Amino acid sequence: MPINYYLFLSLALFSIGMVGVLTRRNAIIIFMCIELMLNAVNLLLVAFSKMHYQVALEAGQLATQAGVEGQLFVFFIMVVAAAEVSVGLAIIVMMYRNVHSVDINFLNRLKH
Amino acid sequence: MALFSALMVITSKNPVYSVLWLIVTFFAISGHYILLNAQFLAVVNIIVYAGAIMVLFLFVIMLMNARQEGASGSKRWITLAGTVSGGIFLLVLVAALKDSELKSRTAMVMDGQVGLIKVLGNELFTRYVIPFEISSILFLSAMVGAVVIGKKD
Repeated sequence: MPINYYLFLSLALFSIGMVGVLTRRNAIIIFMCIELMLNAVNLLLVAFSKMHYQVALEAGQLATQAGVEGQLFVFFIMVVAAAEVSVGLAIIVMMYRNVHSVDINFLNRLKH
Repeated sequence: MALFSALMVITSKNPVYSVLWLIVTFFAISGHYILLNAQFLAVVNIIVYAGAIMVLFLFVIMLMNARQEGASGSKRWITLAGTVSGGIFLLVLVAALKDSELKSRTAMVMDGQVGLIKVLGNELFTRYVIPFEISSILFLSAMVGAVVIGKKD
C-alpha cells in the first residue's frame, strides 16, 4: 500500500485533533484531542517503520532489524502518553475542585 | 471510519459521547496496525488506550458530572477561526507533501516479521533496556505525582 495514504490519513487525524484543541473549551476534550494527535503520529511512525523494513528486504538483507526502532519509539510514546494522562487528569480534578468547572476560560486568572 | 469517528469526537456536545467516539477511533487505528502486521502495537494500543486511558477519562467525566459546556457569546468566531486555521494547516502540509519523493514508496502490508512480539521484545530487552527502565521510573513518578496532586489538602 503506498505510504502516501498513511501520510494523508495521519495528517487529517492530526489536523482534526488540532481543530479540536483550538475550538473546544472543555479541558477534558482538549486532553482527548491531544491523545488523538499522538495517535496520528504513532500511526505514521508505524507506517514508516514498515516502509524501511521493506526497503531493507528488497536490498537483500533477510533477517534484518530495520524498522524495529520506529515501533519501539511508538511503544515509548504510548508509555509517556499514559503517564501524562494520569497526571493531567489529576490536575483537572484538582481544578474542578477549586473552581467547580472544567471550562478553560476560568483559567485566565494568571493574567491578573 | 477513523476520520469520521475523529470528527465526531470534536463535534459531540456531550463529553461522554466524545469519549465513546474516541474509543471507536482508537479501534480503527488498531485495525490499521493489524493491517500493517504490527501485532504487538495493536494489542498494546487496545489495552492501554481503549482500555485504561479511556476508562480513566470516563471515570473523571462521570465524577465531575459535567454534562455540557455553557454556550458563551464569543464562541462562534473562535470555532470558525479554529476550523479555518486547522484546514489551512492540513492544506499546506498536503500540498507540500503531495509531490515528495515518498510518492513511489510503499509500506509492507499483511507481511513482515518486524512487528511481531518476539522481535520487538528481543530488541527491547537488549539494546533498549536503559530507556525501558527509565520509562518505568517515569511511570512510578507519574503515579506518585497523580496521587499527590489529587490528594485532598
